[in-house]
Amino acid sequence: MVPADQGGALMRADLLVEPVAGLDEAMAAVDGGDQALVAGLRRPQPAQVAGLRELADAVAGTPLADHVAEAAEKAATGAAGEDHFLALAAARTAVLGSVHDALMTRVHEATGRPVVEPVEATPDGQQSPNLLAAARSWLSDLARTGWQGIDHDLVSGAAQIVSAMLPHPALRRLATLLDGFAAELAASCPGAALDRIPVRRWGDLWSRAMLLTVPGAAGVPATGTVTGRLLPLGVDLHEHATAAQAQVHAVFEPEDGGPPRLVRASVSAPKPDTVVGAGIWQLLRPHMSLLEAVSAGRAMDLTDMPVTAEGDLVWHDENARLGEPADAFVTARVALPAATTSPTAPLDRHPARIAVPVFLEGHTVDGPTFTIAGHPLPVDTDRIPAASPLTPEAVAASGACLGLLRWDAGTFSVQPLAVETAVKKKAVTVHAGAWAGGTSDKVGVKAEKAATDAVTVLRERAGRLLRR
Amino acid sequence: MSDWEKASTARVLPPARPRKLAKVPFVELADGRLQGVVSSGSDIGRVYVSSVEAGGYAFACSTNNNRPCGGARGSFCNHILAMVDEAVLQYGAERVARYLRVEAELTGAAIAAEMMRTRPAQAGTNAAATVFSQFLRHLAYLELAPTTVPLPEMQWFPPTRAVL
Repeated sequence: MVPADQGGALMRADLLVEPVAGLDEAMAAVDGGDQALVAGLRRPQPAQVAGLRELADAVAGTPLADHVAEAAEKAATGAAGEDHFLALAAARTAVLGSVHDALMTRVHEATGRPVVEPVEATPDGQQSPNLLAAARSWLSDLARTGWQGIDHDLVSGAAQIVSAMLPHPALRRLATLLDGFAAELAASCPGAALDRIPVRRWGDLWSRAMLLTVPGAAGVPATGTVTGRLLPLGVDLHEHATAAQAQVHAVFEPEDGGPPRLVRASVSAPKPDTVVGAGIWQLLRPHMSLLEAVSAGRAMDLTDMPVTAEGDLVWHDENARLGEPADAFVTARVALPAATTSPTAPLDRHPARIAVPVFLEGHTVDGPTFTIAGHPLPVDTDRIPAASPLTPEAVAASGACLGLLRWDAGTFSVQPLAVETAVKKKAVTVHAGAWAGGTSDKVGVKAEKAATDAVTVLRERAGRLLRR
Repeated sequence: MSDWEKASTARVLPPARPRKLAKVPFVELADGRLQGVVSSGSDIGRVYVSSVEAGGYAFACSTNNNRPCGGARGSFCNHILAMVDEAVLQYGAERVARYLRVEAELTGAAIAAEMMRTRPAQAGTNAAATVFSQFLRHLAYLELAPTTVPLPEMQWFPPTRAVL
């Protein structure tokens, strides 16, 4: 049943199940490029050549056309150089960019929320051309070898590049990506023995890394500052073995009375792979006061906080102070419907990047699926962090859900950020990121203690052994 | 293609499982070996660097100052046994057994016993320096500064509750 008063906050789920025109064709072109990388481009077979041509044809009407056509021809004879691989990565990224745009048009129709026009942003200058060149060379070797040809010697070549890049803030994006990608490849060696390959995923990671080797590509500069009230909606956590990022989604209300705006605030850090669960929150917590505000259910008042054209706050604790209590579900019901969405930076237009705050109420739950006004929407409870009071069971029992709308492998899904549910017949709210800023929950405290002990041991070992 | 093959966020590597690090601060499945660093029980300034090769189970154990471990003559020493146990805690017994190519009951003790039963050879000390520098590289991650500049690529690395 859909409540009579939708308050403009609810979503038209019917639009999310309708086919998107041209999407299958675009994805087929992406598959063409991805399949070529499976066996590698040293001695390409006819099927690989056909796949590359399909990718090149998909961008034939764009400014990339000539570069990509030439790259596909060179690759077809096993003679592609680094610039050719870069052109193929650009073509793949452009096609997925168009898929992103089509999906976001659909999302905007479904949420009914306003979108603001893109602002031109000049990328930051980026130094360290030698490290970028080293990364591009390694990625080119991967493309020649193919996923089926990877071995420890080839994959371990990334370690030195990553170690040299990590200390440079401007290279953190590429370093973190390469580190996570190389770990997956290392665990999958030898490629010849793999019984299945994450074809789309490794195609994505490879082509994103390739584009980030272009000087300046990774810089997304702040284009202004904002002053006003920040109302958190929830925390989205990302992690691989040696890095983690917490991203707070929030509605920002400008002090000058302008329209409310959806924003994000992120904090990330490299980490040893044994720092997991609550240890990740402990690692990130001291570097963004917003995480404590989220756990405490409070708003924050921002003064001159830098923001990018994409709506990413570049957080500085000194530009924020703790505000009034702010219930995320009140924010979702009252402020979210009118909040504007910022456009995505050109290079970041990719379906995997879609993470749109939505509020769902009056749904029914059937296993891993919500049914909204008769339309199914899969629920991705797998994305709930390990150190969290939110459980798949609580999601299944939810009457209202605040989440992120996402798209992958051909379908939309919702990632729960918080739910309203009944525990022992009492209505409660449970947040995925409730423990981000700390917790007094019994289970949470135990996890915090174990995580503190782990890091204490590592720091003691580091202190004793590292600076000898 | 299966959904997994066409998913941008297909889960490939499960996260490490939490474990106490005091005894074995570092363990990894890499370079065709199970390898790690084991704290000395008697000297807080000393660690042992241990490794077992996948497939043939050739083993080695020495201190960080490159002195051979007295216990690792002829068979696995207690450091190696502790490393196997902790690897099972961190990665799960199945992944450890698969990587080492051991067919045994899925416990640390059974995996170690099965490897010892084949009377593996003693490996040279060549790996020790590599393993120790891997450990130092691992520790150095604690020293790197966090950032509040967004990393869009981390969208490709969601958490997972599933055991892969």
